[in-house]
Amino acid sequence: MQHQTLSCCGGVRASSPPPLSFRWSKIKREGGRRLPRCARIAAHLELKPPPYSLSSLEPHMSRETLDYHWGRHHRAHVASLNNLIAGTDLDGMGLDEIVVASYNKGNPLPPFVHAAQVWNHDFFWQSIKPGGGGRPSGRLMELIERDFGSFDRMLEEFERAALTHFGSGWAWLVYTANRLDVGNAVNPCPSEKDNKLVVLKSPNAVNPIVWDYSPLLAIDVWEHAYYLDYENRRADYVSIFLEKLVSWEVVSDRLDVAIERAAERAREDETRRLEDDAEITHSEAVEMYLDSDADDSEAE
Amino acid sequence: MALRTLFSKKAFTTASGFRPIAAGDRCFLRQARGLTVAALPDLAYDYGALEPAISGEIMRLHHQKHHQAYVTNYNNALEQLETAMAKGDASAVVRLQSAIKFNGGGHINHSIFWKNLKPVNEGGGEPPHSTLGWAIDTDFCSLEALVQKMNAEGAALQGSGWVWLALDKGSKKLSVETTANQDPLVSKGANLVPLLGIDVWEHAYYLQYKNVRPDYLKNIWKVINWKYASEVFDEETA
Repeated sequence: MQHQTLSCCGGVRASSPPPLSFRWSKIKREGGRRLPRCARIAAHLELKPPPYSLSSLEPHMSRETLDYHWGRHHRAHVASLNNLIAGTDLDGMGLDEIVVASYNKGNPLPPFVHAAQVWNHDFFWQSIKPGGGGRPSGRLMELIERDFGSFDRMLEEFERAALTHFGSGWAWLVYTANRLDVGNAVNPCPSEKDNKLVVLKSPNAVNPIVWDYSPLLAIDVWEHAYYLDYENRRADYVSIFLEKLVSWEVVSDRLDVAIERAAERAREDETRRLEDDAEITHSEAVEMYLDSDADDSEAE
Repeated sequence: MALRTLFSKKAFTTASGFRPIAAGDRCFLRQARGLTVAALPDLAYDYGALEPAISGEIMRLHHQKHHQAYVTNYNNALEQLETAMAKGDASAVVRLQSAIKFNGGGHINHSIFWKNLKPVNEGGGEPPHSTLGWAIDTDFCSLEALVQKMNAEGAALQGSGWVWLALDKGSKKLSVETTANQDPLVSKGANLVPLLGIDVWEHAYYLQYKNVRPDYLKNIWKVINWKYASEVFDEETA
């Protein structure tokens, strides 16, 4: 990608985008100088293969699609990500952290699209399996029925999200835990109802971990995900995905982890609240002690 | 022009979750208000005539499926808008805006796109001369530089969208712009007129070029209709 310096021509509209090779967060080491190229830590995130062979999702998702979708698109994001974060603060961080950090609270930095798409595609390949489909059971089914009314209603909503998304993006089933993203703000009446299953959609590379939700299931609705097998027929792709590919076992495992995570954070919040209360009480007591001390000295 | 006024009975599809309107209401509305309905414009060339730059299969799907869907959904949304306005239902009016913008934008953009393309044996790819040619040299140094810039911006566009050669009606200057999804060029500036637009949604190239969008961009210039762009330029700068 090149950016022309058009200083040779007069009257040029300054409409080019900012240069891709911007300088941000390049860490300095060893007394302010960057390490020589050979000694720099090289980012080493790897392209994870799906947990099944590339042909095994046929006829619902062809080998050809996997070859391009996993073998080219996903692979290219891994390479671009490693390239962009090498030698920077993001180098060496876990993928989740890189996604959230580079999302930069809604003002994404250049590595974001690659980090998020690596995360999204890893998640996507694990969400499906040969011989998938069917119905969930256990706690996942209970929560689906609680939050959507029925399994079919949840499927309808998921399909509608996937079909009505304009442009490229993803549709998700997520587990929310009502957390406010402000340091000192606390949910005043936390209850089990704040933790629920929700369907949502996101544009391009955005995913729900940037909103602190726990994703359970994702479907890629970028055209490259279905065009070779279904052409423009996104509706057929989405139905087949739900009927023949989705792995409810994986979704269920993810829900268990999400519930545990929410419980853990609720415990941490409670501990912190008790500690804060104790601190306030303690400091009041000290003040009173000092006042009465002064009184005594005056008396003497 | 490609947009024809069309009065016809259409089978309403429930694409994107829109409610179909009863046939009786629809006819009444159309006759009483003379509602102009958008229609899919015909191409001035066969689907296969742009090969090998763009395959016939892509052209057929792009025109008959994608563009047709925008037209259908746009008309649906307009009908529902009319009903909502008649009832004074402000929530419905507002709710329909994104569907109108997306589908209407898709119709506008693709209608321009078909005119931006021409088979090689009918002048496709022939570089612009005189007025537009000189303007390109002034504003970009050369045609090669313009092409490089459009290719770079088209390749860098994340997700779906369009890359445009735009003319500012006020300043008479050319510029390269990109828009996301189906946003028309005017969403970047009310004074901007599209001379050329290149669709960089994956449906525009995937069957042929797969993930290699830069190859699609490199090849599409062989069938670009500079004559159309020159005509629009001359009209706006007259």
